[in-house]
Amino acid sequence: MTPPILQVEGYGKHFELHEQNKLIPSAHNVSFTVRAGELTALIGPTGAGKSSVLKGIYRTYLPSAGRILYRDAMGHELDLARASEHQILDLRRREIGFVTQFLHCLPRQPTLDVVAQPLFGLGVARPEARQRAADLLSAMSLPERLWSVSPATFSGGERQRVNLARGFIARPRLLLLDEPTASLDPATAECVIRLIEGLKAEGTAMLAIFHHPETTRRLADQVVELAPPPAVEAMLKEYA
Amino acid sequence: MNRILEVRGLSRIYGPGCPHCVDTTGPEADTNLCPHCGSIVAIHDVSFDLFEGEILGVMGESGSGKSTVVKALYFDQAPTGGEAIFFDGDTQHELFALNAARQRWLRNHRFGMVYQNPHLGLNFNISAGGNIAERLLMSDLMDYGAIRERAKALLARTEVLLSRVDDLPKHFSGGMQQRVQIAKALATQPPLLFLDEVTTGLDLSVQARILDLILEIQQELKTAMVVVTHDLGVIRLLTGRAIVMKYGRVIETGLTDQILEDPQHAYTQRLVASAL
Repeated sequence: MTPPILQVEGYGKHFELHEQNKLIPSAHNVSFTVRAGELTALIGPTGAGKSSVLKGIYRTYLPSAGRILYRDAMGHELDLARASEHQILDLRRREIGFVTQFLHCLPRQPTLDVVAQPLFGLGVARPEARQRAADLLSAMSLPERLWSVSPATFSGGERQRVNLARGFIARPRLLLLDEPTASLDPATAECVIRLIEGLKAEGTAMLAIFHHPETTRRLADQVVELAPPPAVEAMLKEYA
Repeated sequence: MNRILEVRGLSRIYGPGCPHCVDTTGPEADTNLCPHCGSIVAIHDVSFDLFEGEILGVMGESGSGKSTVVKALYFDQAPTGGEAIFFDGDTQHELFALNAARQRWLRNHRFGMVYQNPHLGLNFNISAGGNIAERLLMSDLMDYGAIRERAKALLARTEVLLSRVDDLPKHFSGGMQQRVQIAKALATQPPLLFLDEVTTGLDLSVQARILDLILEIQQELKTAMVVVTHDLGVIRLLTGRAIVMKYGRVIETGLTDQILEDPQHAYTQRLVASAL
């Protein structure tokens, strides 16, 4: 069996809100692995910390506990929970992609550039980057008349396709997906599922949260069920 | 990726200074005014690294000392303590150990600055083109025709109408003055650019176009930038990492998305929570 690309051991996250003097638990003692060419799905009720795990790996959240061991393209292992900011930025540019639940983009940036952005960041020439974005968008059947306008006015489904295309375009080694098919009609969802299968076949490791159990059944090689984190008092006792 | 700037323990105290200045000021003391000697501790012990092609944000409210940091690094105001090393290819410059002539040379050739107030960055008595020519002359370009061509190309790049090359900056709109400042700062293709509240006070639409321009330029030229702003939108749009300052101290540093979504310090939490 191939060694895992990602090994999460005892990840925990809580927010300390100074103003209200409150601790908000978000995820507790989460452990799993993700391998190249495989998809690990996170399931569990709302509030179990599924998104918190993805954000902790991407370091949008600073993890409160545990290790997030990542093996990079050179075979070096590093703990994403403790890696330097520059190491994280470099991995985000080259190896780790994140398709968030909602697309954040500038209302004045054409769709083609939104999608090509990760390639711009890697120094790919603009015409080539835009060509690759166009290829991807037509594969995802986003009408060509939309490519030159901002996704700001798009429907939920169209916008989510743009979001996915941007996540896929640079072919990350590890892709984090937060409900990528939630707002899509069945036909488009099917197209996205096939894209994910294609990426798997190419060796991309994926960690995903899916809205529909059916999608999880179809795509997941491993399923990790999260339980809601215990109340703050219990958590504090454990850390003490 | 390589480091281009390393700042360690940068401090600036206005006033006589006394042994209590540092202990009696800062975020915990809730002031930057020393109660013993009346000195202002504008910044104390500010340290950060900047890598090639990176945009670092310096955020905080007025009086936090964020502008003092870039003014010290651009040699506008000498610091009272600390050091900064500028890595320029194979050469390392210890900024505050250099003599005035070397400092001027770096300022004219290798650094660029865009101020909030265009009066600080531009000479209002000479034309837009003349302003850029002035900087090119200081950086040893002497041929009149070449200078004029270069100035026109820069103004075209920053979207200033070429028909206005010979107009005085005082006849320009605020947004246009900032574009001329940016063109002037970029004239020598510096690897390091300081931007001090460059869009503050401009109309939203003008702000957006200038920020877009800055991003495009950064992607084209791979210029490393230190962006000083109190505007969270500017931080979100431009920067990959940020430091948060209060009463002259760095209270938090992190990835920009992390600072905005998972701020650690009480003050940063309040700042982020008060975003519009």
